[in-house]
Amino acid sequence: MSAQIRTQEEIAARVKALESMLIDQGIMTTRAIDRMVELYEHEVGPQLGAQVVAKAWSDPDFKARLIEDATEACKELGISGLQGEDMVVVENSDTVHNIIVCTLCSCYPWPVLGLPPNWYKDPQYRAAITREPRKVLRESFGLTIPEDVEVRVWDSSSEMRYWVLPQRPAGTEGWSEERLVELVTRDSMIGVGTVAAVA
Amino acid sequence: MNGVFDLAGTDGVGPVIVPEKEPVFRAEWEKAVFPMFAMCFRAGFYGVDQFRHGIELIDPAVYLKSPYYEHWVHTVEHYGEQLGKLDMAELDRRTEHYLANPDAPLPEHADDPGLLAFIEAVVPAGASAKRESDKVARFKVGDVVRVDRSAPKGHTRRARYIRGAVGEIVLAHGTFIYPDTAGNGLGENPEHVYTVRFTNEELWGAEHAEPNGSVYFDVWDPYIELVTPTATTTEGVSA
Repeated sequence: MSAQIRTQEEIAARVKALESMLIDQGIMTTRAIDRMVELYEHEVGPQLGAQVVAKAWSDPDFKARLIEDATEACKELGISGLQGEDMVVVENSDTVHNIIVCTLCSCYPWPVLGLPPNWYKDPQYRAAITREPRKVLRESFGLTIPEDVEVRVWDSSSEMRYWVLPQRPAGTEGWSEERLVELVTRDSMIGVGTVAAVA
Repeated sequence: MNGVFDLAGTDGVGPVIVPEKEPVFRAEWEKAVFPMFAMCFRAGFYGVDQFRHGIELIDPAVYLKSPYYEHWVHTVEHYGEQLGKLDMAELDRRTEHYLANPDAPLPEHADDPGLLAFIEAVVPAGASAKRESDKVARFKVGDVVRVDRSAPKGHTRRARYIRGAVGEIVLAHGTFIYPDTAGNGLGENPEHVYTVRFTNEELWGAEHAEPNGSVYFDVWDPYIELVTPTATTTEGVSA
């Protein structure tokens, strides 16, 4: 181990060297690499979590199943997989606001949110969100949580993967699931955002 | 182990910077590193807990300053070297080669339908850490518990900020691989996992805590001891 901070060029060369050795051993192939990247760039992402949220807003029975066992409820929609084998959905309300983090590494519910944004994995978020969640939301995400709303921060220290069921915004009564899906953001399912009210 | 990766409550690291928009992978090299996690797992380099521990062993200055996916490079190298699957001198030699010739091609190789099939299968199926066990849960929802405050030198998920703290069990999840053995190469030894709620005041002191808030942290059975049993007969949620 050395304390040298590598440049992007040095990292790229190191990675290519490592990749070449893993290819020589048959551990990786460029085709499998491309497929894995394609899956997480285009197929597995927060649009899947948004589908789950929109269904939960529209179907009280589904929402009850989602809160009871998120993993099984998501499977009903064909949503499952790596880093989300055992999921728990936590529901925001008028009195509770939930936020997820992994302070020890970067655990995140891939099957519903895709790969985490860099800020989620950076030291700054992991350092501050358990200590000053209201301040972090206010200063970095422009979201003020009223003092009478309880803030619950879920630190994903085990293999349970938590994520947030945001509140359905006012003004969406009678909306179809397809319309509701478009409103749901990644940040609202992490708990650093809310779903904006519809004018 | 006590290390800089255990970041909760660290002050002075600066504000969270949130870019307006960013791609899933910020550089081409990140696209080659991301699949290494699954493919080297398949090749027997590590379990998930060991993978994390390999990252924890990175030089602390490098850990804090290097791009995220470079952490994965370190842990793949760590286990590759340890298992004799990577010749580090050869890795250095090839690194020099690609540094001097960034566009030099990767080695010629054939496709591997088995590897592609593995990717197509494992992405939707996952690899759960849940394990059957006949171990009896020592605790139940509603119990008030204290976290062991000892400081092990190997891998653990018992973060420093919850050590010694008292909280209430709010969820019980069943039995899962125990990272304190699995992450140190000592086997899965499944243990019960619970979610414990700690108030902000308990973790940071009333003077420094934000009002009206708590942290929910998952612990394995050996991490905690009973302070006050629950007064009710509420059964735990079993996921």
